[in-house]
Amino acid sequence: MSNEDILNPKQMPHEPEKATLEGKNKFLGFWFFLGGETVLFASLFGTYLALNDSTAGGPGTEELFGLELVFVMTMLLLTSSLTSVYAMYHMKNNNFSKMMVWLGVTVALGFTFLGFEIYEFYHYIHEYEFTFRSSALGSAFYTLVGFHGGHVLFGLLWILTLMGRNAKRGLNLYNAPKFYIASLYWHFIDVVWVFIFTVVYLMGKVG
Amino acid sequence: MKGWMGKFRALFLLGSLSLILSGCGVDKVSALKPEGYGAELLYDLMILSIAIMIFVFIVVMAIYTFVLIRYRQKKGQEDYIPKQTEGNKMLEIIWTVIPIILLLVLAVPTVTAVFDLAEESSDEADIRIDVTSAQFWWQFDYAGEEISTSQDLYIPKGERVYLTMKSADVIHSFWVPSIAGKIDTNPGDNENTMYLEATEEGVYWGQCTELCGPSHSLMDFRVVVVSPEEYEQWVSDMQNADPEAEPETEVAQEGKEIFENNCLSCHAIGSQPKGVGPNLTNFGDRAKVAGILEPTKENIVNWILHPNEIKPGNTMPPNLVNEEEAGKVAEYLMQLKPSEVTPESAQ
Amino acid sequence: MSTAVAQKKGFGAFMWDYLTTVDHKKIAHLYLVAGGLFFLLGGLEAMIIRIQLIKPDNEFISAGLYNEMITMHGTTMIFLAAMPLLFALMNAVVPLQIGARDVAFPFLNSLGFWLFFFGGLILNFSWFMGGAPDAGWTAYAPLSTTSPTHGVDFYVMGLQISGAGTLIGGINFLVTIVNMRAPGMSYMRMPLFTWTVFVTSTLILFAFPALTVGLFLMMFDRMFGSVFFDVASGGNVIIWEHLFWIFGHPEVYILILPVFGVFSEVFSTFSKKRLFGYSAMVFATVLIGFLGFMVWAHHMFTTGMGPVANSIFAVTTMAIAVPTGIKIFNWLFTMWGGTIRMTTAMLWSVAFIPTFTIGGMTGVMLAAAAADYQYHDTYFVVAHFHYVIVGGVVFGIFAALHYWWPKMFGKVLNEKLGKWAFWPFFIGFHLTFFIQHFLGLMGMPRRYWKFLDGQGLDTGNLISTIGAFFMALGVIIFLWNVIYTAMKEPKASADPFDGRTLEWSIPSPPPFYNFKQTPLVRGLDALWIEKSEGKKAMTPAEPLGDIHMPYGSIIPFVMSFGLFIAGFGFIYQVDNPVWLSLVFIGMGITLGSMFVRSVKDDLGYHIHKEDLEKGDGQV
Repeated sequence: MSNEDILNPKQMPHEPEKATLEGKNKFLGFWFFLGGETVLFASLFGTYLALNDSTAGGPGTEELFGLELVFVMTMLLLTSSLTSVYAMYHMKNNNFSKMMVWLGVTVALGFTFLGFEIYEFYHYIHEYEFTFRSSALGSAFYTLVGFHGGHVLFGLLWILTLMGRNAKRGLNLYNAPKFYIASLYWHFIDVVWVFIFTVVYLMGKVG
Repeated sequence: MKGWMGKFRALFLLGSLSLILSGCGVDKVSALKPEGYGAELLYDLMILSIAIMIFVFIVVMAIYTFVLIRYRQKKGQEDYIPKQTEGNKMLEIIWTVIPIILLLVLAVPTVTAVFDLAEESSDEADIRIDVTSAQFWWQFDYAGEEISTSQDLYIPKGERVYLTMKSADVIHSFWVPSIAGKIDTNPGDNENTMYLEATEEGVYWGQCTELCGPSHSLMDFRVVVVSPEEYEQWVSDMQNADPEAEPETEVAQEGKEIFENNCLSCHAIGSQPKGVGPNLTNFGDRAKVAGILEPTKENIVNWILHPNEIKPGNTMPPNLVNEEEAGKVAEYLMQLKPSEVTPESAQ
Repeated sequence: MSTAVAQKKGFGAFMWDYLTTVDHKKIAHLYLVAGGLFFLLGGLEAMIIRIQLIKPDNEFISAGLYNEMITMHGTTMIFLAAMPLLFALMNAVVPLQIGARDVAFPFLNSLGFWLFFFGGLILNFSWFMGGAPDAGWTAYAPLSTTSPTHGVDFYVMGLQISGAGTLIGGINFLVTIVNMRAPGMSYMRMPLFTWTVFVTSTLILFAFPALTVGLFLMMFDRMFGSVFFDVASGGNVIIWEHLFWIFGHPEVYILILPVFGVFSEVFSTFSKKRLFGYSAMVFATVLIGFLGFMVWAHHMFTTGMGPVANSIFAVTTMAIAVPTGIKIFNWLFTMWGGTIRMTTAMLWSVAFIPTFTIGGMTGVMLAAAAADYQYHDTYFVVAHFHYVIVGGVVFGIFAALHYWWPKMFGKVLNEKLGKWAFWPFFIGFHLTFFIQHFLGLMGMPRRYWKFLDGQGLDTGNLISTIGAFFMALGVIIFLWNVIYTAMKEPKASADPFDGRTLEWSIPSPPPFYNFKQTPLVRGLDALWIEKSEGKKAMTPAEPLGDIHMPYGSIIPFVMSFGLFIAGFGFIYQVDNPVWLSLVFIGMGITLGSMFVRSVKDDLGYHIHKEDLEKGDGQV
């Protein structure tokens, strides 16, 4: 396939993300990468579970967490996962403008989530003096949730970069895989959050 | 020899193996010269595993030697193409099943020994000792006896002594090869337990086996195994030791004063552990100075003046006193002999 | 060939070529040179350790420096020598063995190398910046988190950066092997080396993130005041041990599996026989990889996990002996009935079998958890892992270098010098390490700066040190061989050893596009099948056509350099927040390069059919 065919395809196939060898490689490689990311978060979860009682005299999880805020955050992120599915649906139908709209919604939801998270951290630090350094629980909590937050931020910047770069030229076989794996990444972040919601917040509040 | 291994020992191979290995190393130091319940159990396990492994090695080497001699390319064979065999199911099964059986033979006594050595004290009357490690020395607190000592651990022959292990700073590991295996001493809540049961009297070499800083290799201690009667004697002597007792000589009296002004903030004499530095109640009876030096006055003075040159990285400050004062302190310390029972009585 | 062309253009162009290359064959050269240099450095550190232990109570180096030596020796040999040397082989061989023109992600391949390289540099800069790490390569907390110099900070940053490179490399080979195989090469027709690289890459993917997390925790504790390993604030030091070994145990299989692949190729080629029990070998490889994740806590039998955990990990560890045994017997039966040519590559492989058998045996002994209460952290363990890592990995790398040298550099290494290098190394190796089994049992713990008089350890240590000098001599002769071969040996043919796999069907060294036409694979040992039917070359799977190639790029170098800068910033901002500026500059460079990479299209170019027909297809 010549470079011209990739950048300006005469006809978009149904799965443009896997139409070229490069696309297939990216697709598979990214799945492997997510496998590694899974181990990364599993290690962080393990560390957190080992330390979730180590309050060193400071506030414990039951005292700290408020489920209302976290529930809203969960809804935001779950919805953003759904909107990114819409975006990919429109990508497969070669509807560039609708894809961009849904990606835009995804990004907006993502930033709202981040805003809530920053508020949450601020709240813990100022209301409870529960910090990264105050106890092993604090270290483990901010590291786990912070790593997730860092992933969210990176994902947002990534999607924004892709949207900006390709705004003027539309979909082709070169950028379709890029959009696709960015959305995969977004789903992964969402799944990790579901685990954080369960293991950190729910179990922290109830268990 | 004990238990299940007794029967196997009769076998020639194991017997001779055991004979060869026991020639290795120095008494009271080597794991190959076991003189304690744990060390003997582990020695037997070692011999069993070595025997199995030597059997495997002989089989591999027999095939190996045959193949290399028989199938080496000979002159004129350069163009010969051997038959391209794919494999052999029967052979694959054989060299899968036989190793599994051999491993089971090893696994069963291994698991038995693991549980055996994990036994913890269940009786208040047991001798129980809290072991605390620090860079680069050991503290021993005899639970219920109000005895605190360091560097030399006194235990009675033939009795099971239960140890609880913890660390005051980094991770260390407590190892007396001739009496038992080892276990780590962890800081924080991760306390460990093990037991010692010596079958002979003597002074045994103990060492730290987890890298703990510059003087890791110098963190030696001694386990002094004495008869049960001597042990009772030692306990009562230690309990009756008077930390305030006036030394006999004038030099030592001056030494006591210097010691109280300069050293007592870290080191304790008597049953109360201070924790910063080793307890010196029975310093005059110690087998070694700082675990490594012969107990001469010269060595003690040297140690007081330059602890960091002898054990790099340790926290004792150098030159707290001048050389003359150090000599007096040494005199004082050397006469701290609360008990008749000393490392010499164990030999 | 392309190297020669570059040299004609002058040294600057030559350097630029290597800095920007995305060609897997040149990246293999980079890995080989960098890994080789670090290997020499690690070897030097080993010699210093052995000189310190030549006699009791020796004062050759100070206690603190000794701890730096052992830490850097271990860390360097594992992360900066063994890993990159294996990556050199993987890069040089895997794409050729599967009939591909490059790896799946040539750009990431280059990035992986430069990350590893700059990580290694950071680690070794510590020697000149206030002291190397001194908490052992295992860096147990809290010794590591409370170590007063910046040494451990360099360890953390160096390994974090080079570890990222390794992870990228692992993913790259996974995708390459899944997606880029030539037509007809099903999984069960892949050469065993490719299979082992596949399993190794999987292990890298699932093991390295645990180290990443461990290093982050340590970094946060040392540099940003978190308290993961500070027991006073509720921290727990055992977490590090678990994270480290969840990575660390698979790591040793990451090292050994590729050389299992090497030996499989060498035994088969130099016995002129198909690998005996190929499917059993594949199965054993996968099983070892799987079990490799189930056994990490056997490094922690004395940590105090309790009898239940100790028993479970003892039994799973013993289980690994079974697939390993399967491999040993299959190698022996590969030679059985063949015609064995005792070349240098074969010599290293043949020497591996008894050596590794001993290493495996002591491995089973160590697996007996209770007995490990005696072996643990003594010279018995030191002897064991040098038997498997030197006797396995290093012997394997030497075998592989002699075997694939013509494919990498176009010349066969001198055979006579090769054997001269082998013997002192082999004899020296056993002198050095066999006696250490006994030293350990006789009561000598590992990582001991000094052993004292009167413990019966003098003779054994002296013998061990003498052996180390023999090993050094072997390495020097090997280096001389490399120079000698480059100067004096003639150019090698495409297939100097009567090989069986695809890499031997193309010139030595191959053109930069590897295969003019992708070959059609008709079975295991694809080239051997064609040769045994009297054909001289592979049957092509496609007509001659344009070949797509990637452009080179300097971005991987710049991106890694940014992290290198940021690394120093992270280390020194503890002393003075001004250093944070380096963090921002460095991360700016790295993220900026990522941005550039993201927005700039890079579709590569095509070599036209006409140029390929004319000859070499240079553009």
